[in-house]
Amino acid sequence: MAAPSAVAPGRRPRRFPWHIVVFLAPAVAVYTAFMVWPLIDTLRLSLFRLDEVGQTVFGGIDNYVRLLTDDRWSPRFWNAFQNNVVFFAIHMLVQNPIGLGLALLLTQRVLRGRAVYRALIFAPTVLSVVIIGFIWKLILSPLWGIARDGLQAVGLEDLFGPWLGVPDTALITVSLISVWQWVGIPMILFSTALLSISDEILEAARVDGAGKWHTFWSIQLPLILPTVGIVAVLTFVGNFNAFDLIYSVQGALAGPAFSTDILGTFFYRTFFGFQLQLGNPIMGATVAGMMFLIILFGVCLYLFGVQRRLVRYEA
Amino acid sequence: MTLRFARPGQLAERVVVHALLIGYTVVALFPIVLVVMNSLKQRNAIFSEPVVPPNGETFSLIGYETLAKRADFPGYFGNSLIVTLSSMALVLVIGSMAAFALSEYRFRGNRLLGLYLALGIMIPIRLGTVSLLQTFVALGLVNTHAALILVYTAQGLPLAIFILSAFMRDVPGELKDAARIDGASEYRVYAMVVPLVRPAMAAIATFTIIPIWNDLWWPIILAPSRQTATITLGTQQFLGQFVSDWNAVLASLTIAMVPVLILYFLLSRQLIRGILGGALK
Repeated sequence: MAAPSAVAPGRRPRRFPWHIVVFLAPAVAVYTAFMVWPLIDTLRLSLFRLDEVGQTVFGGIDNYVRLLTDDRWSPRFWNAFQNNVVFFAIHMLVQNPIGLGLALLLTQRVLRGRAVYRALIFAPTVLSVVIIGFIWKLILSPLWGIARDGLQAVGLEDLFGPWLGVPDTALITVSLISVWQWVGIPMILFSTALLSISDEILEAARVDGAGKWHTFWSIQLPLILPTVGIVAVLTFVGNFNAFDLIYSVQGALAGPAFSTDILGTFFYRTFFGFQLQLGNPIMGATVAGMMFLIILFGVCLYLFGVQRRLVRYEA
Repeated sequence: MTLRFARPGQLAERVVVHALLIGYTVVALFPIVLVVMNSLKQRNAIFSEPVVPPNGETFSLIGYETLAKRADFPGYFGNSLIVTLSSMALVLVIGSMAAFALSEYRFRGNRLLGLYLALGIMIPIRLGTVSLLQTFVALGLVNTHAALILVYTAQGLPLAIFILSAFMRDVPGELKDAARIDGASEYRVYAMVVPLVRPAMAAIATFTIIPIWNDLWWPIILAPSRQTATITLGTQQFLGQFVSDWNAVLASLTIAMVPVLILYFLLSRQLIRGILGGALK
């Protein structure tokens, strides 16, 4: 493991190890100044309010109480939160199982063209969300009619509708676009986990006459549970911090009728304002603070709840 | 075992596996191919026969001509290149220095510092936006490349340090000690270790670049001016203005996608291996 320190005890008098400082200082400085401090400062700002003359005064958790209960803020906040939960649920129920399925296919022992499939399926993941969002907007547009023609070809044209324009279907549609883009990440992570299961275990199962299905449920799945946990927490953090897709497909107002509004777009509008409402840095900081608490809750749940319990399974 | 000796059951199974994979590959690529293909067609052909590739009759570059006249795509490209490459270089240099210190020396607070630097892997930098914007306004750095570079460097460092220090721990101690006995300074030992973790550096470089190149949030907030707009922001604004000009829209989507895809297919091996390696560590 760690090699002996440059200052070997006993040989030379101990000097202050300046080189360690030189190595660490730039990274610690940039990281602290532009990542940690802004976060702390934003959280601090969320605890203040403006008084009548425009001075900031300490208000404790007043802003949070207002965000969660005041009629001017809470309906929009809870709407965004609920939509975000749905957005996350769709990723968990669609993206991650498809990712796992593709990983199982890609880790077959004999498979020609493995690298080609993997590279092609992963391709959408490297593209900008803005581009992906717009491409799907065009494809789903009744004007171009690609989606309609496609459904027509399989006799399902009755299903077609302006999905992005109707409140009932917009959120699901946007979520599925996001799923389409990001499925490559769970696919790769699950592939890694599946490849790290030793061949002997799988061979033993095969000799015992276990079928593929049985092998998956009773051997592979339990062994990759730690990765399931990692994928879940990555999905959680990514989803509760998402913004770009909604902004580029549905605009800052996350229409129709705020049906696709998630915390990221709500945060953007609160901070910068939109149409007639002025931007509000303090409430913006408060929304960011709530997002921080939500993400922190998810990460802690994973670190202290899920991960601890899963360590046992590791082979 | 080759295909020739496969039992019928195995053969059927393989056919199913390939059919499923080909099916999903089509799902993944169809939208991209559709856009690239139609960007090279005349307007009426885009609508009348969208799934047919351009031919002698329907071929047209009108969308790209509109782009050349109406938008500064070369400028956006330049901005994205400056911001992305500078951030990547900074992440690699100062990230590898920090990773070297954390993996090489035993000093008080080492683990705590490692943990501190790793926090940023999970906590999105976006949450500090309100304060960061105030800071950059105060520093007079709004609408500069520098603002974006500093934020992206801070954002890329945690994962880079985490992965690089895991790789650097695997570099054998004898090598470093031999160099020290020969009188090499600690800085020289660092310079010797970096090339040994080249695969990890390549992986970090690729997955530092991609989110920066694709990011919309920070360009909108910190550098929305025409002079500093990145390709992602430029495309987004252009799409907003030219919604009804389908040729121009498809051309701008293609222009924004194709370079990334080319680079991706050239580097996909390292990238995917990097994610695999990073995940295994």
